[in-house]
Amino acid sequence: MFKSRDFLLAGAVAAVLLPFTALSAAEKPIGRVPTAEEIARWDIDVRPDGLGLPPGRGTAKEGEEIYLARCASCHGEFGEAVGRWPPLVGGQGSLTWDEPIKTVTSYWPYATTVFDYIKRAMPFGDAQSLTDDEVYAITAFLLASDGIISEDFVVDAQSLPKIVMPNADGFVEDPRPDVPKGEPCMKDCVAEVTIIGHARKIGVTPEDKARPVTD
Amino acid sequence: MTKEDGGRRGRAGLDRRSLLGGAAGVGGTLLAAAGGARAEEAAIPAELPEWSRYLGPGVDDEPYGKPSKYEAHVIRRNVEWLTASTESSVNFTPLPWLNGIITPNGVFFERHHGGRAEIDPTKHRLLIHGLVEKPLVYTMEDIKRLPCEDRIWFLECAANGGMEWRGAQLNGCQYVRGMIGCAQWTGVRLKTLLERSGLKPNAKWVLAEGADASALTRSFPIEKALDDAFVAYAQNGEALRPGQGYPLRLILPGWEANMSVKWLRRIEVGDAPWYTRWETSKYTDLLPSGKAYKFTWVQEANSVITWPAPEHKVDGPGQYMIRGLAWSGRGRIVRVDLTFDGGKNWVTAPLQEPILPKALTRFYYPWRWDGSSVIIASRAIDETGYVQPTITQLRNARGRNSIYHNNAIITWLVNSSGEVENVQVA
Repeated sequence: MFKSRDFLLAGAVAAVLLPFTALSAAEKPIGRVPTAEEIARWDIDVRPDGLGLPPGRGTAKEGEEIYLARCASCHGEFGEAVGRWPPLVGGQGSLTWDEPIKTVTSYWPYATTVFDYIKRAMPFGDAQSLTDDEVYAITAFLLASDGIISEDFVVDAQSLPKIVMPNADGFVEDPRPDVPKGEPCMKDCVAEVTIIGHARKIGVTPEDKARPVTD
Repeated sequence: MTKEDGGRRGRAGLDRRSLLGGAAGVGGTLLAAAGGARAEEAAIPAELPEWSRYLGPGVDDEPYGKPSKYEAHVIRRNVEWLTASTESSVNFTPLPWLNGIITPNGVFFERHHGGRAEIDPTKHRLLIHGLVEKPLVYTMEDIKRLPCEDRIWFLECAANGGMEWRGAQLNGCQYVRGMIGCAQWTGVRLKTLLERSGLKPNAKWVLAEGADASALTRSFPIEKALDDAFVAYAQNGEALRPGQGYPLRLILPGWEANMSVKWLRRIEVGDAPWYTRWETSKYTDLLPSGKAYKFTWVQEANSVITWPAPEHKVDGPGQYMIRGLAWSGRGRIVRVDLTFDGGKNWVTAPLQEPILPKALTRFYYPWRWDGSSVIIASRAIDETGYVQPTITQLRNARGRNSIYHNNAIITWLVNSSGEVENVQVA
């Protein structure tokens, strides 16, 4: 017991004294400076101001064929979605509805995000298999499908950041906490308690026979 | 036997009843409420059970242990209709059967956006670049040589409780609040990594990227990166599980867990946010006006009663222990109140140690059930004075289409049969 404590103490002292930032040349370094080519392999992100957009171009006309081959099986021929996969177009003006339709064209604030997301993650299950020209063309096809750009509009690193999305002004900074403040009530807080919703009546909870009823 | 051992055994004794109940349920024989059946259930068996007579397996049959077969119901579950595919979906921690504040690794909820990546750690790299003086790429071996810490924090999906915005919908504690887990994480402060590269003066934002098939990216401010942001390689004493980002993940304590990027491969420093898909199209809170809150990072104070809960049945009048969890992304929980009449009157429940910032906190409360229908709920208050709101208060602020950040008080109706249901009250 005493021995192991000594060891622990010695370890703690060593941790404090070890010069982590100034190792001598003979010691094995921690981390390596990557080459610019290495960084470029992973640095594919794109910002709303266009930073990170690669060379290349595409139009909606060019994008239609690629979209039908690579995207439509989940997102539908017109971006309307198949089954529970996300719809990509439509729904402009629906955000105040009781059942809003949140799509790329109705909800996304920046067109650059469309390029960034398709390039890094689509098609679902075959990520990063599209060329930059193909990503530009699919982006153009989606935006043109809902009238944001024309069918022959050339989408590239210069034009994409300038496209104003319908919901560009749709977001506000987080104001939370946005609920009443102050010492909570402890006694006689409400006159009458009404049950306004029963989960059992909705009946969408997964059935599970393995689940015990009592515990 | 030490005093400490004795204490532990005493506590384990309390759980014996629940083990028996669970076993009976699995077998399909419901416990009868009649007194005779109770006496039989509690009797010391007349016959010596086989485990008291014959040898059990030796120490070499199970190199990595599993829970008892009688605990087979304590598993993660998913809700099939929620998502189009299980690869971009979520499962739920079985909160109603767990104890303490640490979530076992095998049942810690998972949310993936491109399936669970299985990464060879020798091929994994972490790249730090962007507005830094010296970009650096690390191997896992490198990262484990840096100054490390152990920290206990919860991770909660922004969509926890999301299905309840429009009304009481899922009848289960696991489904209503199970997109959360709490663990002891081992790793390196992100600050350590950023300081080794040296921040440029215009460094204001950070982008984290995963190495999975969704290459998930999230932006966060440099202040968080230099505060408590953490790069973890271990969880509850063992390497991260693949479903939690093995071999390396980011943790942004107290913030929506989508930002705690799993399979972390890249940290880029910039001067403005990226507005990735996951901070625009998703994880933004739509309001009735058609506007949406953006950058809603913190997980506000929240709580849930884990016993009784819809997964359990209160087995006849008598004394029980109410069990529950509370947490806040803003810091420590300072108080939890309970109501037994739907919110007319409240009492304060004692909190269990340890009470850690941005971690799950346990509360227990002895309760005598008289067999009548009662409406029970818990309400958490954190060290900033924030009081967990009612669903009505949340809807008044944000409507019903927010999807995310529903931390409203969860209410259980215990009917006179002892069955428990998820309800909403006004």
